[in-house]
Amino acid sequence: MSHSQPQSEEQTTRQVGDHLPNGPAAAAILSAGVGCSVLGILAVVADASKPMARALTFYLPTGPLSGVSSMAILLWLVTWFILAKRWRTKTVAILKVNATAFLLLALGILLTFPPFADFLQGK
Amino acid sequence: MEITLCALIALIHGMLFGAFFLMAIYGLVVELFRSAYVEQPSKLGTKGYFRERLYLICTVGLGWAAVLTGAYIVYPWYRAIPPAGVANLALYPQFLLKSSVTTAGWHDLGMEWKEHIAWVAPIAMTTVAYVLTKYRLSMREHPQVRTAVLVFALVAFGAVGVAGFFGAMLNKYAPVNGGPTIHLKGKSQ
Repeated sequence: MSHSQPQSEEQTTRQVGDHLPNGPAAAAILSAGVGCSVLGILAVVADASKPMARALTFYLPTGPLSGVSSMAILLWLVTWFILAKRWRTKTVAILKVNATAFLLLALGILLTFPPFADFLQGK
Repeated sequence: MEITLCALIALIHGMLFGAFFLMAIYGLVVELFRSAYVEQPSKLGTKGYFRERLYLICTVGLGWAAVLTGAYIVYPWYRAIPPAGVANLALYPQFLLKSSVTTAGWHDLGMEWKEHIAWVAPIAMTTVAYVLTKYRLSMREHPQVRTAVLVFALVAFGAVGVAGFFGAMLNKYAPVNGGPTIHLKGKSQ
């Protein structure tokens, strides 16, 4: 009876050697998608809600943009750090990662487009 | 020939950081497309890798310099609030644009979009630079990673294009001005 190593459908661990696993790249790609989507979501939230706009005003002369961009960058870097640690030596399902990252990226871009943001807010 | 300090810094933000960032991304996109069709990849020497890395670092640096100078230096001048009773809005670009229905769209669509979408570009290009550096020797083994890198580079190119276009148009209809005048050439008045 052969003992097969339990494998996740998405991830299989490989040793870092001459072959570089795609985990580090996947972490960078997915976290960038997360950062861009957070940027878009916070841009809409700050536009729709005065209290949120005030809360996101980290630097008064720049206004809510300071908080929107800072929070997006912070979440992007934190996500990248966490995923990079988890996927450092792993080969992940890169097609799924790409598809998710592209969707998040598209969402972020769409939410920064003022006519779409206005439409969501019923303006 | 003179220029105000605010106009000079806006120029550095847009024409130096922004424009060079756009050109650098364009160069990278061309190279990414070219390398996708190369049958026999050429190996770079140590100096070549060093310069390739320097190019990527400079590209990312330009991107962050563009958005940070834009958001924290130029944008506050753009959105400055005029004191009550001020009739000449030349030093208050946002209010100048919004004072007329023929120019309000440059703020409502142009600046509102530009101020947010511009941040996508340095985030995307930092990812591109990291992946290209990390996988410089094994990119051919990861075609899906290369696809993602190309998509991110194209998105960054588009984002900078949008930000650059609206930046130029905003500066045409309501330029950022003010601060001390810098004398460049000829006799000052």
